[in-house]
Amino acid sequence: MLQDYLIPETVEQALSHLQGGKGRARVVAGGTDLLLDLANGKKEAGVLVDLTRIPGLQEITLEDDLIRLGAAVTHNQVAKSKLIQEKASVLARAARSVGSLQIRNTATVVGNVVNAQPAADAAVALVALGAVAEVVSPSGKEYIPVEKLYAGVGKSVLDSTSQIVTRIQFPALLKNQGSAYERLEQRKALALPMLNVAVVVSLADNRFQWARIVMAPVGPGPVRATEAEAILTGADVSLGNIENAAAAARAQANPRSSALRGSREYRLEVLPVLVRRALEAAVVRAGGNC
Amino acid sequence: MSSKILTFTLNGETIRVVVEPTDMLADVLRDKLNLIGVKKGCGQGECGACTVIMNGDAVTSCIIPALKAEGAVVETIEGIGGPGKYHPLQESFMDLGAIQCGFCTPGMIMSAKALLDKNEQPTREEIREAISGNICRCTGYVKIEKAVSTAAEKIREGK
Repeated sequence: MLQDYLIPETVEQALSHLQGGKGRARVVAGGTDLLLDLANGKKEAGVLVDLTRIPGLQEITLEDDLIRLGAAVTHNQVAKSKLIQEKASVLARAARSVGSLQIRNTATVVGNVVNAQPAADAAVALVALGAVAEVVSPSGKEYIPVEKLYAGVGKSVLDSTSQIVTRIQFPALLKNQGSAYERLEQRKALALPMLNVAVVVSLADNRFQWARIVMAPVGPGPVRATEAEAILTGADVSLGNIENAAAAARAQANPRSSALRGSREYRLEVLPVLVRRALEAAVVRAGGNC
Repeated sequence: MSSKILTFTLNGETIRVVVEPTDMLADVLRDKLNLIGVKKGCGQGECGACTVIMNGDAVTSCIIPALKAEGAVVETIEGIGGPGKYHPLQESFMDLGAIQCGFCTPGMIMSAKALLDKNEQPTREEIREAISGNICRCTGYVKIEKAVSTAAEKIREGK
């Protein structure tokens, strides 16, 4: 049962509130998932420690080609940010597709990662961008790739009763790089993704230097299509290579049949189409042509 | 449980109210401050009936802990106009029949107001995005969309 709601003004204060709670105090930001989980008894907390008023954590910054999002940055802030639209468009698109406008005005992107749902849109895009979380705890600060934060469906490796993700950072895309986001959904708002695919490519002389392809929900967290990425690395930009990569992504995916998200068979048919579309769009944005 | 005093600006007035850490903003507005224009539909942030404007943005007050509103500026349907002096959105909703059962209407109008406060000349897509989190089960969306664009025109002409 919730006994207190605290709004610290510094990260140090937030950490000491957590320590004082001895495992009963828990971090909250937007709270759009957590408050429901508390009401349903899926999670427990005696004290909530709200990070959203800590100065600096509401900002999206660019420094030395590194984009950083504070823990209080909302989905709508990211979706509307010129910087994100220009230098990480995959994330702007993904953030735009979460919930409704009211949810996007409240829910934070860092929360989308920490809540560890397998197909959380912003998290899928962040994995494609190679994002890293800045994690602060009483023992110090560490940087953990977003991709490594998943311990199972809805389970993060992070402990929200002692650790705080203060920021998430990733490199701004360069001129020869492009990104794209594709989503299969039943409606255009308030709909969970049946499938989502985030892609970032880097090109030189109309060849792929590398590609990062992330798909969900086809596993416990966002899944890298590593076979497809390997096919593209060093390969010419061509429709044939993109088709091969899409087929390899399908071979690596393991979706379940779900009443909410569609059957395994259906989604396995659609997945390579989304991967192909995303790769084609990302290539165009990187200045390449098929 | 430690009760706390929440201080915030509500419809232009500074309000102090005793709340519990478990209280959601929608419950405080309805049950403690008697603003029953704030409707509670799903209680999960999905239907939009409880939409209020907090610090300029539309939010679903049923999943906002009341204490999160500390120091915030909150607007509800009661604060934007009423008999004698209706807000252009309220007028257009009535004039164009953009109301059937009326349960979604306060939330719908607050979502629309959050849009028009920032953008007096919204496109059809922008109007649709603004009300996409407000569910009308009488399915009167066409008239609602028209009412919002008509209100936007009125606001522009009024300047």
